[in-house]
Amino acid sequence: MSDLKRGEMQLSGRGVACVRGGREVFAGLDFAAVAGEAVAVVGRNGSGKTSLLRLIAGLLVPAGGRIALEGGDGELTLPEQCHYLGHRDTLKPALSVAENLTFWADFLGGERLGAAESLATVGLDHATHLPAGFLSAGQRRRLSLARLLTVRRPVWLLDEPTNALDTAGQDMFGGLMRQHLARGGLIIAATHAPLGIDSRELRIGGAA
Amino acid sequence: MTALSALVRRDIRIALRVGGGALIGVLFFLTVVVLMPFAVGPDLALLSRLGPAILWLGALLASLLTLDRLFMADHEDGSLDLITMSRTPLELACAAKALAHWLAAGLPLIVATPVLGLLLNLDMVATGAVALTLLAGTPALTFTGMIGAALAVTLHRGGLLMAVLVLPLSIPVLIFGVAASQAVIVGPMTFGAPFSILCALSLVSFVVGPFAAAASLRHGLD
Repeated sequence: MSDLKRGEMQLSGRGVACVRGGREVFAGLDFAAVAGEAVAVVGRNGSGKTSLLRLIAGLLVPAGGRIALEGGDGELTLPEQCHYLGHRDTLKPALSVAENLTFWADFLGGERLGAAESLATVGLDHATHLPAGFLSAGQRRRLSLARLLTVRRPVWLLDEPTNALDTAGQDMFGGLMRQHLARGGLIIAATHAPLGIDSRELRIGGAA
Repeated sequence: MTALSALVRRDIRIALRVGGGALIGVLFFLTVVVLMPFAVGPDLALLSRLGPAILWLGALLASLLTLDRLFMADHEDGSLDLITMSRTPLELACAAKALAHWLAAGLPLIVATPVLGLLLNLDMVATGAVALTLLAGTPALTFTGMIGAALAVTLHRGGLLMAVLVLPLSIPVLIFGVAASQAVIVGPMTFGAPFSILCALSLVSFVVGPFAAAASLRHGLD
């Protein structure tokens, strides 16, 4: 820790254990990620990739060990500095694309980018007023990605982020992740497919 | 405040759009009250004596009907995860959701009451009294019902559990709501005493409801 530069973020876990439904998913997991780094969490199905992300996001309580973010905003807790992109897309089918996005921007608060601008970046600017219920799976994922851009958070927790994205979408998303890392953010992604950016591998639950 | 008003506006907007819960509650209320005169028969005196009780029962059941979706929809699409993680305290977010639910589903019931009072042979004063007690009492139904809705989400059980949990909590509200309305119509009790207790129940629920619901949601994190 002593070589940590002032203001540089480090997300680390020491001896993290996770128990779901009385069954130990993993135990004694150590990990670390510094600003500008992407960590790809890999492992077979059920090895606890999603559980690890939810532990970091504060949505699960660790059965042991500790997870901490150093060098972040001291006023905020770790979950408050994270973006969590899960399997479920957090979109309301009755609301339009723009309404969905501006709601999350208003609710999550903090430093933000224009909604129209981020919709253009993810390629949804033609569907702004369409109810989200009419979007395809790939478009829904793009709209979820627009949330990551609109509201700025240093830590991105991504669960299978490239699911349902077409090749062009995956390239676009790779670019977004690179930008985020270049700005000093960090990414923890649970994935089976290659992320499309340089990343360090964190294997949990033994060989696949 | 931006965050909370955004949450309130979103929930009201969803409730008022096609497929939202607001209309379902009012339609149910309407159905119960409209059918009652046919079931009771053409005894006008009996109808006006039962009127406040029928309106209150209708409103209670209508608010229960839509309450179980309060957190369920957000839980199913993952929004609840982001609300839990956000910088807004979960207690305030719960209170905002309950407020939105009351504005979208509770307020229309009160607006419909004067119309339905006609069907139950209630005069102007009696209808006004029932509407006033509903205005004071339905927030208590929403805010206590929210506790049940939060438990239903964290225990992964649906509406039935919700009804079992919430009904006992709403019985005092029902008793004092009907008592205050009856006091105006038949006497001999004063309106003030039961009405004050009704207001007190609502105020207590404003304090207890959000904290209990937030505690239940946090405890049930998974």
